[in-house]
Amino acid sequence: MPVLEFRGITKRFGSLTANDDVSLTLEQGEILALLGENGAGKTTLMNILFGHYQADEGEILVNGQTLPAGSTQAAIQSGVGMVHQHFTLAGNLSVLENIMLGTERLWAWRQQTGAARRKLAALAEDYGLVVDPDAQVSDLSVGERQRVEILKALYRDARILILDEPTAVLTPQESESLFATLKSLTAKGLSVIFISHKLHEILAVSNRIAVLRHGAIVGTLPAAEADREKLAELMVGRKVTLPTRQPLAPGEPVLQISGLSTKGQGATVLRTVDLTIHAREIIGIAGVAGNGQRTLADILSGLSADFTGTVTIHGKPLAAGRPRAIVASGVGRIPEDRHARGMVGEMDIWENLISEDLRSDEVSRWGLVIDRGRAEARARRQIEEFDVRCEGPDAETRLLSGGNMQKLILARALSREPSFILANQPVRGLDEGAIAYVQNRLLEARERGAAILLVSEDLDELMTLSDRIAVISHGQLSEALPAGDRSIAQIGLMMAGQDSARQAA
Amino acid sequence: MIIEPRASVSLLRSGLAPIWAVAGALALCAVLILWAGTPVHTAYWLLFKGAFGSAFAINETLTRSIPLIFTGLAAAVAFRAKFYNIGAEGQLYAGALATTFFGTGLVTLPPVLMVPFLMFVGALAGGALLIVPVLLKTRMKVDEVVTTLLLNFVVLLMVSFLIEGPWKDPMALGWPQAAPVIEQGILPQLMAKGRLHMGLVFGLVAALAVWAMMRFSVLGYEIRAVGFNAGAAEFSGINVGRTVIVTALISGGLAGMAGVSETAGLKGYLTLDLSPGFGYTGIAVAMLARLNPLAVVPAALFLSAVYVGSDAMSRAVNIPTYIADVLVGVCVLAVLFSAMFTQYKIRWRA
Repeated sequence: MPVLEFRGITKRFGSLTANDDVSLTLEQGEILALLGENGAGKTTLMNILFGHYQADEGEILVNGQTLPAGSTQAAIQSGVGMVHQHFTLAGNLSVLENIMLGTERLWAWRQQTGAARRKLAALAEDYGLVVDPDAQVSDLSVGERQRVEILKALYRDARILILDEPTAVLTPQESESLFATLKSLTAKGLSVIFISHKLHEILAVSNRIAVLRHGAIVGTLPAAEADREKLAELMVGRKVTLPTRQPLAPGEPVLQISGLSTKGQGATVLRTVDLTIHAREIIGIAGVAGNGQRTLADILSGLSADFTGTVTIHGKPLAAGRPRAIVASGVGRIPEDRHARGMVGEMDIWENLISEDLRSDEVSRWGLVIDRGRAEARARRQIEEFDVRCEGPDAETRLLSGGNMQKLILARALSREPSFILANQPVRGLDEGAIAYVQNRLLEARERGAAILLVSEDLDELMTLSDRIAVISHGQLSEALPAGDRSIAQIGLMMAGQDSARQAA
Repeated sequence: MIIEPRASVSLLRSGLAPIWAVAGALALCAVLILWAGTPVHTAYWLLFKGAFGSAFAINETLTRSIPLIFTGLAAAVAFRAKFYNIGAEGQLYAGALATTFFGTGLVTLPPVLMVPFLMFVGALAGGALLIVPVLLKTRMKVDEVVTTLLLNFVVLLMVSFLIEGPWKDPMALGWPQAAPVIEQGILPQLMAKGRLHMGLVFGLVAALAVWAMMRFSVLGYEIRAVGFNAGAAEFSGINVGRTVIVTALISGGLAGMAGVSETAGLKGYLTLDLSPGFGYTGIAVAMLARLNPLAVVPAALFLSAVYVGSDAMSRAVNIPTYIADVLVGVCVLAVLFSAMFTQYKIRWRA
C-alpha cells in the first residue's frame, strides 16, 4: 500500500488548469522526484496536499485514509512534513525554540523544554542530523538551517517529507550531504518527495521520477531508466538543444579590473579583485550568494561608484555610477532580479525597451519628448528578433512570463551588440526551454566577439558556458582558470571559503 | 475567502470603477441621512439642486472646483512618483503669500503680464516650500508625509502672524487680512454675474499640460518609472533622486497656483480662511481621479458639487454640512476599494 496517493487531483484557477487529473503514488522508503518547469503545477499540488488549496476534483490518501481537504492541521497530523524553499525559521530564536514553536499547548504554564530537548537529541542521533540545539538560528549556515527545517518536520513525527527546491541555496557539498541525509531517512522507512527542476540532482538522488507539464503528469519512470535528454524533453514537451560552447581563441582584453576594493565590513565587501576578460571569452564567477557578487555587479552596471582600484573597458575607465554612460560605452547588463531591477512591470513593453537610452535621438526628440512611433517600431523589431511571446509592444510588461521577461531584458541589453556583457544570474527561475534560449544567446554574443562576465550559483551552468571560472568567497576572487582545470568538488570547497583549495594567483 | 489578481483588466472595468465607488458612497451616506431624519431622495435632490440647480449654483460649483483642480493635480503628480506630498495646504498658502508680497503694490505690470507673473511667483513659492522636505527625503530618507504635513501648520501660523502683524491691512477695519491685490493682478471674471474667474481656464490648461507631460515627455516617463519601480528606474539610468525633486517642485508649484488663484481671483486679499482645507481635499480629488491628470477635472467638479450642494442641503433640511466631509471620505475609501477590485477579484470558496 502506498503511503501517499493522489487520486485524480484537478485544480482550476479561472480558465487556468493548474493540476489536471494528477494521480501519483509514493511508496514507503522511496525518494520520488517531482520534476517540472515553473508553473507546471508542482507547488499547487503540494499546496493541495497541505490544505492551502482545495482540489476541485480528486482526493488524497495517506496510508489508505482519505485526507480531509483544506486542512493543514490534518496533513501534519497524518505525518506529512514540508521543508519550504524559503526557510520558515525565526532568526532570533535558538534551534530548540524554533523546533518547538507551534507544537506546544497555548495555555501551558511553562515550556516543556526538557522533553523537547531529549526528543530532539534522539532524532539528531537517529538520522545523523547534528545541530547544536542552543545555537541561535541567525548564526547558522544555510545548510545547517535546512537541517533544522528537516528536524522540525521530524519533530512533528513526519513520515512523509516534502522538500521544495531544497538545493537552491546550497553549495555542492551541502547538497551532497543533504542527499546523504535523505537516503538515510528513507533507509529508516521515511518517504520523500523531492521537488526540483535541476535534472542532475534528480538523477542523483531519486528512485523514481514523475514529470509534470502544464499541470498533468506526462511520465513516471524509474531514475535508473532516465537521462537528462529524456527528462528535459518530457518536461518541455519537445526536443531541447542543450547549449554547447565551441572553443574560440580569445581576442584582445575588453574588461580589465585591477585592485578593486570596497570599503566596509562583511562578506559582501570586495577585497582587491583582479580580473581580465577578453573578447570571445566567458568568465564564470561561482560563489554562494552574498559573497560580493552583487557588489561587483553593482559597480559594473553603474549602480555604485564607491570603490578604489581601476576598472577599464577597452582601456577607457568605466563611467562609474552612471548606468546610461556605461551602456553607451558598449556594456550590456542583465540584472540579477528581473522584477526588482530589470523591468517596470506596470509600464508597457515598448517603454521598458527604451529605458536605457531614453534621451537618445533614436527614441526621443531633443531628449524631451518620447517619439513613440519610432520607439514602438524598434520594440517590434526587438520582440521579433528575440522571440518574445506577447500581444504586442503596448502590452503591459507584468503580464509576461518569466522567460519572456528575460528575453525582453536580453533584447534591451544585447541588441546594441555590446562588447562587454554582465550576465548576473541570467537563467534564475527560468524553465528549461528559456534557459537554453538565454544561454544560446550568450554563446552567440561570445562568438560575435563579446566579452562576458557570467555570475551564477549554478555550477552546471558555469561549467557549460564558461571558458574560465573564478570563485568568489568573502569578497575575494580567485584566479580564473579554464573550466576543466578544477573539479566541481574543488570549486565547492573554494565557495565555502576554504583557502587550501585556492590556487595562488 | 481568497483574493487573487486578475489576469487582465479591461478598460471598461477600470473606467467604471470610480462610478461604482461613488454610487456605493452615496448609498452608504444614505444611511446617515435617514438617521438624521430626512428622506434620502429629498436630501440628494436638494444636494444636486444646490450644486447644479441654477446658473448661480453652477457658477459657484465651478468656482469652488478651481483650487481643487490645482491641488488635485499637485497630489496626482507627486503620488505618481510615490512622493506623498500631504502639504498642498501649506503650499497653497505659500502661493497666496507670494501673491500678497508681489501683488499688493511691490510690482506693477499691465494685466496681461501681471497675472502670469503672479501665477509664476506663486508656483515658485509653493515649490520652494517643498525643497527642504524633498531634500530630507532624497538625502536622508526622512518620511515626506510627516515633514510636508507639519509644514502646513508652520505656514499657517506664519500667515496668521503676517496678517495680524506686519502685513495687516490698516484699511480693513481691524479684520485680520492683508492689503488687497492691485487691480492689474486680479484674475478677470468669466461671467458678468457670480464669482467665476480666469482661474478655471488656468486650471484646465494646467490639467492638460500635466497630462501631456506625464504621457508624452521623457520627464513624465521618468516620474512614472520611479513611482512604479524605483529599483528598475535606477538600474536603467534614471536619476531617481533628481526625478523626485523635480516632481516635488512641480507638485508644490501647482498647489502654489491654487493659492494665487484664490487670492487674486476669488477674494482679492489674503485671509486666514482662504482655504477650508483645499490642500487636503486635493488628495481626495487625486485619489478619485486615480492619479490621472485629466480625470482630476471631473473629480474636482464632483467634490466641489458635493460641498456646494451640501451647503444648500443643510440650509434646507436639518442635516449638518459635515455630511459633505463624510461623503467625500467614504468616496475616497470606496474608490480605493474599487481600484483594488479592478486589479484583484475575490473568490469566496478556496
